[in-house]
Amino acid sequence: MPILVLDQLSKSFGALKVADQISFALDEGEALGVIGPNGAGKSTLFNLITGNFRVDSGHIQFDGRDVTRQPPMARCLAGIGRTFQIPQPFEKLTVFENLLVAASFGSNRSEREVGDRCADILVETGLYPKANQLAGSLGLLQRKRLELARALATDPKLLLLDEIAGGLTEGECQELVETIRAIHRRGVSIIWVEHVLNALTSVVGRLVVLHFGRLIGIGDPATIMASREVREIYLGIEV
Amino acid sequence: MTDHVSSAWTVTTRTRGTSVAIALIAVVIVAGFATPFFAPRAVIQDLFFILTMLVLAQCWNLLAGYAGLVSVGQQAFVGFGAYAMFAAVSLLGMDPLLAIVIGGLAALVLSVPTAFFVFRLQGAYFAIGTWVIAEVVRLSLAQWKALGGGTGTSLPSGATRDMPGVRLVADLLHVRGPQATDIVCYWLALVLAIVTIGLIYRLLRSKQGLGLAAVRDNREAARSLGVDPLWTKSFVYLVAALVTGLTGALIYVQKARISPDAAFSVPDWTAYVIFIVVIGGIGTIEGPIVGVIVFYILQNLLADYGSLYLLFLGLLGILIMLFAPRGLWGVFASRSGIQLFPIRRMLAARTDTKND
Ligand SMILES: Nc1ncnc2c1ncn2[C@@H]1O[C@H](COP(=O)(O)OP(=O)(O)O)[C@@H](O)[C@H]1O
Ligand SMILES: [Mg+2]
Repeated sequence: MPILVLDQLSKSFGALKVADQISFALDEGEALGVIGPNGAGKSTLFNLITGNFRVDSGHIQFDGRDVTRQPPMARCLAGIGRTFQIPQPFEKLTVFENLLVAASFGSNRSEREVGDRCADILVETGLYPKANQLAGSLGLLQRKRLELARALATDPKLLLLDEIAGGLTEGECQELVETIRAIHRRGVSIIWVEHVLNALTSVVGRLVVLHFGRLIGIGDPATIMASREVREIYLGIEV
Repeated sequence: MTDHVSSAWTVTTRTRGTSVAIALIAVVIVAGFATPFFAPRAVIQDLFFILTMLVLAQCWNLLAGYAGLVSVGQQAFVGFGAYAMFAAVSLLGMDPLLAIVIGGLAALVLSVPTAFFVFRLQGAYFAIGTWVIAEVVRLSLAQWKALGGGTGTSLPSGATRDMPGVRLVADLLHVRGPQATDIVCYWLALVLAIVTIGLIYRLLRSKQGLGLAAVRDNREAARSLGVDPLWTKSFVYLVAALVTGLTGALIYVQKARISPDAAFSVPDWTAYVIFIVVIGGIGTIEGPIVGVIVFYILQNLLADYGSLYLLFLGLLGILIMLFAPRGLWGVFASRSGIQLFPIRRMLAARTDTKND
């Protein structure tokens, strides 16, 4: 059964089409990778799924319900968790408090009920030593970890990850992959936008390729990477 | 580690100085209630002024410092609450104490339609919108002939003397009627200040307080994590209107005379209030407390200089904003680490975990 169904999603900024009739479905428990050159519309696609941007046309179905017209907080409560490509921490709250916000509001529970879970997530994502520091004092890599931790705290059914591996060392990247695998094993569906291909393909079962807002390929990673169109557009620019 | 412990973590907002802070606050409260037993009338009047300004400042701080709603129109609720109280007493013959509650509720009712209007506006437009509303309310009430129109009116003579408790205070403390009225008003102001600060502190320590901070820091992220910015902001706006209206009504019970220009005064109910919050430290409960004391001292030192005094307040406010944006309390708190009203949730691993 699909957890997410995108039906002919379109979005323009002025004359610029950033999403052009995008349709695909994600099965419950599936992990899907999204690739495409910078400016292809990957982050925009996430913003449409989460409701931060409104679609111009098309429909979004999540967990059996049409969420196209719902605001972001309702979609979060329904089970869509996301990270921002450019981290958006609550700078004057501590790292732990950032998670408390996400956990208590994002899963509609009391602060008391979610304290333990937040602490466990901090340990899992390696942020525990920073728990009581202001989020504004974190460096970029830790801010990215905080994005992941905060999204997890909302207890999502679907997790959208936007370029969280960029800038990591080989070892850190391996750690991150392990963390994401563990999340996936718990039954969380994942869509992951990433340029670090070997990290991506070690987690996801299918890849989607975006180019100028259009979906130009979807399928298992080997086939996708072998296709001529993808090699020309994507690898030609990236490598 | 064989046993699974139910919780390995503790979350606390207590800091090292918390016990001292609680004791200090208790002493201030007790001293506050006892003051009328030994202080002269002038001191009681000054303390009444300080306490009511403190409540207004706490409300404005809640709006601007926690919810990011920079209003320059809170005088709408001071004046509307005061006029509603006057109407209830003068026209309906209601007891002034009950009429204060009516004043608060009237301000709350007024805040619902104004919220619909101003929440469509962002930033500077929001501020201008709140001011426009205050002007509209002032001009409308200036048309109310039964309450003296543009020149205003006084409470019926004897209305405040017959308030519950006034006679008792007069007999108990051996003071005359008007002074007893001042004392009752002072105690009400003290209760209002304590309850207001207590409620704000509770709000900030609650889940809604976290939500407010999140929206203030990053609205878009907060929305994506399940926080409803409009709901949190509306809630704060309505609460601030209610308390501001109660305060306005109480102030005018004590003054016993009202006019549209005084009750909707921008300097008295907004400019001074903003000064108090800015100089004390925006976004903290302690800030307005420090600010109101500084403001009172400055006012007494410089009252003879007329408009120069206003100029000086403005300059000082700007200097603080530029060089110490977190105000006097902010500077003190970051140097000393002291907090009277801690709200940080600190996470710690439980040390008494049993692992066999
Ligand atoms: N809020 C916005 N307003 C206008 N243009 C935007 C906005 N967000 C993104 N864009 C444009 O949309 C295109 C796709 O951006 P984005 O989705 O961020 O790409 P990607 O994540 O694939 O690198 C880019 O050309 C970008 O400049
Ligand atoms: Mg992007």
